[in-house]
Amino acid sequence: MSASPPVLSIEGVVKFFGEHQVLRGVDLEVAEHQVVTVIGSSGSGKSTLMRCVNLLEVVDDGVITLDGEDITDPRADVDRIRRRIGVVFQAYNLFPHMTVLDNITLAPRVVHGLPRDQAAEQALDLLDRVGLRDKAGEYPDRLSGGQQQRAAIVRALATDPRLLLLDEVTSALDPELVGEVLRLVRELAEQGVTILMATHEMGFARQVADRVCFLDQGAVLEQGPPEQVLGDPVEPRTRQFLARIIDAGRL
Amino acid sequence: MSSPLYEPSPLELERRAYRRSRARRSTVVALLSTLIFAVVAYLTVTNAPGWERTKATFFDVSYGWEVLPSILEGLWLNIRVLVVAAVCVVVVALALALLRTLRGPIFLPLRLLATVYTDLFRGMPLLIVLYLVGLGLPALRLDWIPTQAAVLGTIALVLTYSAYVAEVFRAGIEAVHPSQRAAARSLGLTHRQTMRMVVLPQAVRKVTPPLLNDFVALQKDVGLISVLGAVDAIRRAQIEVSQTFNFTPYVVAGLLFVLLAVPSARIADWVSNRAARRQQAGGLV
Ligand SMILES: Nc1ncnc2c1ncn2[C@@H]1O[C@H](COP(=O)(O)OP(=O)(O)O)[C@@H](O)[C@H]1O
Ligand SMILES: [Mg+2]
Repeated sequence: MSASPPVLSIEGVVKFFGEHQVLRGVDLEVAEHQVVTVIGSSGSGKSTLMRCVNLLEVVDDGVITLDGEDITDPRADVDRIRRRIGVVFQAYNLFPHMTVLDNITLAPRVVHGLPRDQAAEQALDLLDRVGLRDKAGEYPDRLSGGQQQRAAIVRALATDPRLLLLDEVTSALDPELVGEVLRLVRELAEQGVTILMATHEMGFARQVADRVCFLDQGAVLEQGPPEQVLGDPVEPRTRQFLARIIDAGRL
Repeated sequence: MSSPLYEPSPLELERRAYRRSRARRSTVVALLSTLIFAVVAYLTVTNAPGWERTKATFFDVSYGWEVLPSILEGLWLNIRVLVVAAVCVVVVALALALLRTLRGPIFLPLRLLATVYTDLFRGMPLLIVLYLVGLGLPALRLDWIPTQAAVLGTIALVLTYSAYVAEVFRAGIEAVHPSQRAAARSLGLTHRQTMRMVVLPQAVRKVTPPLLNDFVALQKDVGLISVLGAVDAIRRAQIEVSQTFNFTPYVVAGLLFVLLAVPSARIADWVSNRAARRQQAGGLV
């Protein structure tokens, strides 16, 4: 790994929901241009971890740094930090009352102060790259799931974030549409976008990820290169999890 | 946030202490600024020219206490009218709103009727409705028409407010995302079942704040039945004022209406906060 600090570093992060400890000291790093995927069964805390990184949840212990800056410090400026992180949710969360173009240009215009025509030009460029240029004027509810999710990814990219958080972006899609979204993520990875991604797509993780983390009951049980974690896991629980996935025909 | 296995780190303890100190500071700032504002306002008002005369005409405390029991008695009538009117309004308005959501050509007359009704009574000044119902109907001298001013006033209020509240309900029904209706219908629920179990519960939750807002408006407007001669709080105050030319009874009656409205506003806040807490994923935004 290079000498510069990792883009994202998570150390000992703990999160409670009431009495229920959802994260039990998670440690994880994402270096620049790296793609790290988080795998784990449903309810293991993947989404909660993502939400903590994006400061949608307050951590109950531990430190998260973005480019070396402690973002879990209560003195930190939450809005300024979020500007440097792009997020795509499982359920797209596009704004239904705006066109695709307006969804994408909203943050560049309102948060980053880009002039309208410049924001639109940049958005159309991005839409072109994901094959959605002709849908720019449509409203999200009139797009297919795959198109909506690609639009959501473009929206997250439009502000040129340091880190892209992808939370099971293909889980709500038909298998047929999964491919188009994963292809886009792979292109982003090749262009050097730094990505932290929760996913159930093990094949994709194996091909694209630099590192795979297995999250089990709120802690990282095992992490390493995909060949190792997915191909020859050390921990019995990782094996169990992968066996279940193979049974479900996803690997 | 306690667990037998979990001890917060010193860093986390420091962060918690910092958050606590911020919260304390906010409280102190809020208290101080309120206090200073109150003092300045008090000094400005009491030093204004004509304050003594104003005080004697509008804020005569001993006279106010004297008329309070009589006005309270009048207010009791307002409260009864309010309760009956509010219940009737919800029922009629919900029916109107549902009529307007009916699909299918056979229901066209009902839809039209509901539309015309809401347009008519939303546009017509309440005072005219009150005069027409309260003074016009008894003039017909039909046996079955009630003659009590309070009853006629209640009818007029229900006619007008149902039109408003029906539109609030309809807005709420339309604000429920179409995918919800699709999901319910695809489970095999009928239009009625979909409305009752899926759409209306969400719609009512969405419109609770505007509904309570209309309720507060109704609370004040029940005072208008006094124009029909019903002896309510306003009427009692009016009788007092006409004898002494001191306006304190109006102020007393007005403050009583305000007191009546405050709990409704707080309940509205509480209801919408609770719904938000229970259903949303939580977090910081
Ligand atoms: N807002 C919340 N309130 C209470 N419990 C929650 C909340 N969000 C998530 N949880 C719980 O936290 C656990 C982890 O959830 P999540 O992070 O969504 O898992 P994953 O994304 O890995 O499926 C689950 O047991 C879930 O029930
Ligand atoms: Mg999840």
